[in-house]
Amino acid sequence: MIEFKNISKKFLGKVVLEDVSHIMETGKTNLIIGSSGSGKTVLQKCLVGLNEPDLGEIAYDGRNFTEMNEEERKLLRQQIGMLFQGSALFDSMNVEDNVKFPLDMFTKDSLSSKLKRVNEVLERVNLTGTNKKFPSELSGGMKKRVGIARAIVLNPKYLFCDEPNSGLDPQTSMLIDKLIHDITKEYNMTTMVNTHDMNSVMEIGDNILYLKDGKKEWCGNSEEIIFSKNIALNEFIFASKFLKDAKQMRMMGANKDHKAE
Amino acid sequence: MFSKPENGRLYWKEFMHQCSEIGINSLGIVSIISVFMGAVSTLQTAYQLVSPLIPDTSIAQIVRDTVILEFAPTLVCIVLAGVIGSKIASELGNMRVSEQIDALEIMGINTKTFLILPKILAAIITIPMLVVLSMVLGIYGGRFAGSSAGIISKETFDKGLAGHFTPYNVTFALIKAYTFAFLISSIPAYFGYYVKGGSLEIGRSSTKSVVISCIMILLADYILAALLL
Repeated sequence: MIEFKNISKKFLGKVVLEDVSHIMETGKTNLIIGSSGSGKTVLQKCLVGLNEPDLGEIAYDGRNFTEMNEEERKLLRQQIGMLFQGSALFDSMNVEDNVKFPLDMFTKDSLSSKLKRVNEVLERVNLTGTNKKFPSELSGGMKKRVGIARAIVLNPKYLFCDEPNSGLDPQTSMLIDKLIHDITKEYNMTTMVNTHDMNSVMEIGDNILYLKDGKKEWCGNSEEIIFSKNIALNEFIFASKFLKDAKQMRMMGANKDHKAE
Repeated sequence: MFSKPENGRLYWKEFMHQCSEIGINSLGIVSIISVFMGAVSTLQTAYQLVSPLIPDTSIAQIVRDTVILEFAPTLVCIVLAGVIGSKIASELGNMRVSEQIDALEIMGINTKTFLILPKILAAIITIPMLVVLSMVLGIYGGRFAGSSAGIISKETFDKGLAGHFTPYNVTFALIKAYTFAFLISSIPAYFGYYVKGGSLEIGRSSTKSVVISCIMILLADYILAALLL
């Protein structure tokens, strides 16, 4: 569980996050949604320590991250996996070496056991046989899956994903969403996903935090979001006619079920 | 800034990789520059020494001392500032922009220690070696050019090389080489590591780092000469 309280952050006097508090639950896919510039990425960077919040507290399973020294943070970070928006694979390494890198750095396992683990996670993300390919030879979706494989290779307790669907076609997006959701359950991780993708919101949103102008505007799950009366949230989620119609149909369906009961 | 390595073996591997990138990959350009630098130096010195009162062996002595004191350490390091400096700045800049540095940070790795320290150490180890090689090749190039052009025979050149040799000149050249090696690696590393923006900014920071490295080399050259000679 990751709990953050009253997080505030300013850049050059401009308020990016203001008094944001929330709890990211273990074993669930926790989503942060919001329009561009709403502070999602800054919040995620504050949580992993790439940015320091000006105010507020962050606790990983009760351990106060904001008060940790650099050494304590380094130890905690070995329990964190992160999938970056651009995958952030090391260009000079092939897929196998990219995924093996955290094992090389932090374990003293033999080469054969490391390779076994690499092959296990590559199989888990459906990339068996791509070991010797370089990032430049992979498609966007494959890069994301290698990024996920590298993020989970050390069995992290916390997984952060920054816009995992950006630049992907709808089918690949769904595949990545399903993968993130499944491995969250499988490894009982606390997963936090920044997303714009409404499919993700509906499909894998176990716990959703909606940010607007750097403030917490709404929180709930993918069922609750349909029936939410929050105007800003509705304008954001159901921006297109297609989604508005989908919401109407889903609400009508729910009302019918209610009457039948 | 730097901290204890998380895994010594990987850091050693990275250090050796950088030694290869900075040292071995620069061998070609350093060799070519050095040979021609020595050759031109001999021809131009001979052109200026027209007085029959000055012995031919002086040509070799002037070439030797010029190559050792100035050409090998300063000229080679200015060229290396362009070759190595732009490579370090663009490599780190690309890693910063594509979030590879953030990915390493998230893994709990001190990125300054892992990415910058091996580059600085490799430069400090390999660049003085390249400078020594440059001295040898420069002098050899001068000897070859002198004899090929019929200006000075190989025997006279060798006799001149052995006369009035000051070993401190080599020590001074090596002090310069160590200083320049640090500048060549640390300045581009700083510019690359802290780059912000996209590919345009990577190019700008790479160019800026090379320009500043060259200016700092010339400034350090002057200060060292004033202090140590």
